[in-house]
Amino acid sequence: MEKERESIEYNFEQCIKCTVCTVYCPVVAVNPDYPGPKQAGPDGERYRLKNPLFYDEALDMCLNCKRCEVACPSGVRVGDIIQNARLKYGTKKPRLRDFMLASTDLMGSVATVVAPVANASLSLKPVKAVMDCTLGVDKHRTFPKYSSQKFVTWFRKHARKAQDAFPKKVSYFHGCYANYNFPQLAKDFVTVMNAVGYGVNLLEDEKCCGVALISNGFKKRATKQAQTNLAALREAVGRGEPVLTTSSTCTFTIRDEYAHILGLDNSDVRDSVMLAVRFLFNLVDSGKVKLVFREDFRRKIAYHTPCHMEKLGWGIYPVSLLKMIPGVDLTVLDSNCCGIAGTYGFKKEHYADSQKIGEPLFNQIKSLAPDVVATDCETCKWQIEMSTGYPVANPVSILAEALDIEATMKANA
Amino acid sequence: MKFDTIIIGGGLAGLTAGISLVNKGQKTLIVSSGQSALHFFSGSFELLSSSDNPFDAMKSLPVSHPYSKIGKDNILRLAGSAVPFFKSAGVTLSGESSHKRVTPMGFLKNAWLTSDGLLTVPADGTLPWKKAAVVNISGFLDFHSPFVCAGLEKCGLECREFAVTLPELEKLRHNPTEMRSTNIAKTLTGEVLDKFAAEIERVSAGCDVVILPAVVGIQDESECKRLCSLVSRPVKMVATFPPSVPGIRIQVQLKRQFCAAGGTFMLGDTVTEGVFEGGLLKGIYTRNHGDTLLTADNFVIASGSFFSHGLVAERNRVYEPVFGLDVLASDERGEWFATDIFENQPYMSFGLSVDNEFRPSLGGVTIGNLRAVGSVLGGFNPLKEGCGAGVAILTAMRVAELIS
Repeated sequence: MEKERESIEYNFEQCIKCTVCTVYCPVVAVNPDYPGPKQAGPDGERYRLKNPLFYDEALDMCLNCKRCEVACPSGVRVGDIIQNARLKYGTKKPRLRDFMLASTDLMGSVATVVAPVANASLSLKPVKAVMDCTLGVDKHRTFPKYSSQKFVTWFRKHARKAQDAFPKKVSYFHGCYANYNFPQLAKDFVTVMNAVGYGVNLLEDEKCCGVALISNGFKKRATKQAQTNLAALREAVGRGEPVLTTSSTCTFTIRDEYAHILGLDNSDVRDSVMLAVRFLFNLVDSGKVKLVFREDFRRKIAYHTPCHMEKLGWGIYPVSLLKMIPGVDLTVLDSNCCGIAGTYGFKKEHYADSQKIGEPLFNQIKSLAPDVVATDCETCKWQIEMSTGYPVANPVSILAEALDIEATMKANA
Repeated sequence: MKFDTIIIGGGLAGLTAGISLVNKGQKTLIVSSGQSALHFFSGSFELLSSSDNPFDAMKSLPVSHPYSKIGKDNILRLAGSAVPFFKSAGVTLSGESSHKRVTPMGFLKNAWLTSDGLLTVPADGTLPWKKAAVVNISGFLDFHSPFVCAGLEKCGLECREFAVTLPELEKLRHNPTEMRSTNIAKTLTGEVLDKFAAEIERVSAGCDVVILPAVVGIQDESECKRLCSLVSRPVKMVATFPPSVPGIRIQVQLKRQFCAAGGTFMLGDTVTEGVFEGGLLKGIYTRNHGDTLLTADNFVIASGSFFSHGLVAERNRVYEPVFGLDVLASDERGEWFATDIFENQPYMSFGLSVDNEFRPSLGGVTIGNLRAVGSVLGGFNPLKEGCGAGVAILTAMRVAELIS
């Protein structure tokens, strides 16, 4: 019955100034120069409506983690108000660095071609020092490795044909990371879906979801890419296929940010776009699919809930799936932002805050000493691997390894 | 997704019910649409603070009051189990004997259970100390030493005011309006807390007790205990204006306990629809889980009052927004308010109409497997009677008994 307070324009009026959002803001906790979500969001909006000169460049310090929105007792879309204000009133021009960090498709396409060279040079100290000085990419940051073969290329060569054997189909929005950096995740996804009796289609034309473009101020390009993606999603959904994903941030961006930040109508496809873990859990929970696990699989796993997963409210799906594996000893880590927030933690001006924000999480992981950390977000993975030394895997990859693939295929034939 | 019990609302009432049920082995889910009113906690739970003798005064409450529905014997039994219940959840409360809490305005009010480390005054009004150092933090606007001193001086305590600071605390003043109790609490940990303790020790020389705003220990009680051990004089805290550090600590600790015992907590989600069939609630749909129906044998609604949107007032009606349950409220707007703001305001007693086992109704039909707890209930005035927390805790404990 509760009416959705969808209109962003006047949503700030729901704010009763209780300050709960500020209590849960990860940036405020480490950097008092950030005015906090209440001040930057609903409070500031009143002033900005009067005069855009009241815009405060400190809003660039917002991570867009949306923890303020999850905490708000009054349904105020605090994070959206801040992001919209940045795009509308921000006066700083995006830098070359921001362009490079945000252009995941362009950089990925180039880097995969010259992957060995790109990977080697991005880890060299002198290269890092130059990038630090000239571009403002912090030299302490470890870059994700690029793959020499894109997932899409592999899929067309080695997996495409086999999909025809499955009468039931899903579409896959792989995202930039699985395509350019870590095709193994996408391969694991195909393995798991095939094992439970679903064939995988790729989208007709997939672009980066645009999250990095939005956070770096490229609203026009983000909108264009979103429109291309929406057309591709509509086609898949029109065929009756749900569109599955393996990245919580891509999922959140397509489902929520397209409408709330870019102002695009995604209502016809929104409910069909979901993380593979949600789709799988619902199949198992309703008895439509059986998972058969290897008897020799043993892992001590610590699960980290990414901020955008908290916002989606879907942490229960990967956690429930991981709990189904008999040999798994699972701990759900305390809800704490890892600090990287996509491209945020790459920037020199944010690097120190980024590491400080993640510190409680890193400490908890170190004290648990798991075999592997599980999480649904690729940038959380980079941050945790770099800052703790522990390996991080997507729950889908862990499932692929834990499943007895042949037995699962038989059980679902 | 199937649970034994689903609770809508994750504040004091929802979490108390949730912990009671998981402790009994129930698979329990809490769906909470945002953080709770515990963030504005006074530091003490009240039973019936309008009376000096709450258990006696309860006998004369109307039959529609939640306490009357629980029943006198049950109240005594459940109230007696509250301290060990919270203790086992990692929340230390003192409530052995009747006492008063100190408000941020320096008033003394009857309390039932008070968060560990906070200053309480015994019923006879005498404190064991002569001289107190009331120590604020420079630039902190949500604690006013003169008010607190004025209140304590009435108890015969000679108060001296101090303000201390540290470089780490000075940084918080970059945004003076955002220098809140919670930001201070996040700063006052580890080595900074050691330095803070040394400052307190220095300024309070010659005093018998140190009184501080409650700005330490947001995650658990260990930092409060450490601070006390670092200062040679007793250290007592007084609640600040919101947000409330002791309240957030209780919220964090109860949620931690609920999850550790196997409960599932979904924060930031809202129930969009209830599926009713034959006088029973079969399942709920939520915004985040779309077409996934969440089903359970039993449901508890602990969605709070107007502040938490458990009740919504429009110009000419008051309604319960989750399911549209029947509400005890006047249709005549003119009857909602008393003209004197300090009078008993009728709208404060609005809330769900329930039977003696806390089952609400929808369109006059009692829902057999749904119970209501805490401030969404009608028939009591938490402000005037001083019983909001008591009703939350005791109705939640009672309903957990009725369910299992």
